[in-house]
Amino acid sequence: MLKQMEGSMAVAEAVALARPEVICAYPITPQTHIVEGLGEMVKSGQLENCEYINVESEFAALSVGIGSSAAGARTYTATASQGILFMAEAVYNASGMGLPIVMTVGNRAIGAPINIWNDQTDSMSMRDAGWIQLFCETNQEAVDVHIQAFKIAEKLSVPVMVCMDGFILTHAYERIDMPEQAQIDQFLPPFNPRQVLDPANPVSMGAMVGPEAFTEVRYLAHRRQMDALELIPQVAQEYAEIVGRDSGGLISTYKAEDAETLVISLGSVIGTIKDVIDQRREEGEKIGCVAIRSFRPFPIAEIRKACANAKRIVVLEKCFAVGMGGMVASNVRMALSTQPVPVYNVIAGLGGRPITQTSLHNLFNEAAADKLEGLHFLDLNQEVVERELERQRLDECSGSVAENILRDIGAVAASKV
Amino acid sequence: MTQQVKYYQTGTYTVGNRLLDQEQRTVQASLDRSNALDSGHRACQGCGEALGARFAIDAAMRATDNQLIACNATGCLEVFTTPYPETAWQMPWIHSLFGNAAAVATGVAAAQRVKGKKEVRVIAQGGDGGTTDIGFGCLSGMFDRNDDVLYICYDNQAYMNTGVQRSSATPPAARTATTMPVGPNPGNEFGQGKNVPLVAMAHGIPYVATASVHDLHDLERKVTKAMSMRGARYIQIFVPCPLGWGSKPCDSIKLARMAAECGLWPLFEAEHGEITDSTKLRKPAKVDGYLKLQRRFAHMFKPGNEAQLEGMQALADKNIVKFDLLEEKGDEE
Ligand SMILES: Cc1ncc(C[n+]2csc(CCOP(=O)(O)OP(=O)(O)O)c2C)c(N)n1
Ligand code: SF4
Ligand SMILES: [Mg+2]
Repeated sequence: MLKQMEGSMAVAEAVALARPEVICAYPITPQTHIVEGLGEMVKSGQLENCEYINVESEFAALSVGIGSSAAGARTYTATASQGILFMAEAVYNASGMGLPIVMTVGNRAIGAPINIWNDQTDSMSMRDAGWIQLFCETNQEAVDVHIQAFKIAEKLSVPVMVCMDGFILTHAYERIDMPEQAQIDQFLPPFNPRQVLDPANPVSMGAMVGPEAFTEVRYLAHRRQMDALELIPQVAQEYAEIVGRDSGGLISTYKAEDAETLVISLGSVIGTIKDVIDQRREEGEKIGCVAIRSFRPFPIAEIRKACANAKRIVVLEKCFAVGMGGMVASNVRMALSTQPVPVYNVIAGLGGRPITQTSLHNLFNEAAADKLEGLHFLDLNQEVVERELERQRLDECSGSVAENILRDIGAVAASKV
Repeated sequence: MTQQVKYYQTGTYTVGNRLLDQEQRTVQASLDRSNALDSGHRACQGCGEALGARFAIDAAMRATDNQLIACNATGCLEVFTTPYPETAWQMPWIHSLFGNAAAVATGVAAAQRVKGKKEVRVIAQGGDGGTTDIGFGCLSGMFDRNDDVLYICYDNQAYMNTGVQRSSATPPAARTATTMPVGPNPGNEFGQGKNVPLVAMAHGIPYVATASVHDLHDLERKVTKAMSMRGARYIQIFVPCPLGWGSKPCDSIKLARMAAECGLWPLFEAEHGEITDSTKLRKPAKVDGYLKLQRRFAHMFKPGNEAQLEGMQALADKNIVKFDLLEEKGDEE
């Protein structure tokens, strides 16, 4: 059914279609509307046979999820930013125990300085935690991928994080084609756990393991993610057969076949990138893009294939490993280590800075001329940076960097008026 | 049986099972006990935690007709009962993290509710550190929501599993690896610490009790009572630790009894935030005897540290008044 609705509400309805049995979450912007929506559905009785639990922290939220999933209940939670850091210990624990929890991350920057706006550093901080990580380009994709996530998680006994850009997707009103309950019931069988806490068949879960088995346990976790490389497209296919829409999968490409410049990115910014590609194609430039939909497992083979004929790769990412550079680019470079193609790394959109078409055009102009540095910061105000460095040189006690910069550019003075 | 039985065997204070009426015998005395925490685990000799857990869990198993799931925090109890592929647990058991046992139990309980398994009950358990410190947020949240979980804290008054460091349940003056008996105020500070049974009561939850491994009848009774109720319940059990306390393994029960009899470990029960009962003391003992048997308090008996001893006695005296521990004269049957 077609509906005009907010991304968060669409995700809430999609999650409800998957018939979760326990939902437990703690509020954090921009995730709140999703769990509020689900809370109301449970309370009103629209979502039946589901326990909705309000907890005191994200650490508790995921811990409750660990308990309910271990006891055989289909479990959902959602968080963002500081919240995913607060639950970090439980994030690793859930995957280590093979509990197929589905969690939405409404992608948001991590402080300090505290910042509620979108980037993807939060999900990326947990990229090696053993969860499958799926990134959504649109709210329609978010709807479809959430439903697929339950199937992927439960088939593999691996938790799945569905990552959608905060505000840009969570708070955007768009047209959504919501699947019917009957379709989803056909697509998604009831949860049949690999191991369950049950007095009729007592097991001990989560006990200690020493060096004699730990490497193999970890290796097998990796193997399951490698299995996911096959399962994710398969599930997308099954979904398409029942719901009639292609979404999900490992990557998607746009005008990539003959592209000399290939942009790789993930999440909602792909939409803007496609528009810019269309404009540049009209000018005759051979440019295309690849959206990474599954960041974990990382689709090495698909990326290699998509990049096979490109002359240059531009990895544009909304996350940044301080002291190193881009996290996505590091992974892409590893995938392309046998291909002699330059990989430019562009850090963009941190803390909600808009990624405009103008900026992208300028960027792609430089890329086409092979004038980009290996690590580039989109729209970095170099003059402001130099002035702050100068202040620090002159004064050991120069104060807060963030505050100094805001004063410098006049934002503080302006807001006082 | 209308007559109250008070048999004490010579030389021990264990109530003689053989002399008791069938119904009054302990769960442990029965052949059909569940042995949910079975033998063969790796606890130290004389471990109060192993003893307390065995009695508590078997009592809970009986009370629920073995329809019980346990959620364990990291700590000695978790470590000495498991390393894969071995397990001492003959019941469904899960360990997740150090600080989340209460929340995991909430989740397990929610799953039982949603699956309509009303009869399956859930307990969470952990050491004092896992309960009063790192797990405190999750514990308080579970109390706040009045989730259908019995949380049992095995209080050996320090982080034993990591080598005896101070927790918020470590008593004043006690030596731990992080409160060494050096300097002008040797051992743990006075004026710190957390009384979690009282904090639990402040949540207004249906049931709170303290128990100890010297009175196993009382411990079993409290666990059984707790399991007869729904909602959040909390029992903190005093469990001596020979390794951490520097005491003889054979003195564990004795130390537990002495802690109760001097007033340092008051035994009481509370319902919905109000104390309903406390175990009376015939004649409160001085704290010295209890302290002297433990090397963690040895510095208190050195000249110059008299104030510490007085401070400890004052704490015991305060408990006696606060928890109304004195047996009233003429109360004897
Ligand atoms: C987050 C985290 N911090 C620290 C530890 C290390 N740790 C494991 S057990 C333990 C001490 C447990 O003390 P307590 O809860 O009192 O139980 P006991 O061993 O005394 O029975 C500590 C500090 C851990 N496992 N996880
Ligand atoms: S260290 Fe203490 S609590 Fe741990 S097993 Fe030994 S006696 Fe028991
Ligand atoms: Mg302890």
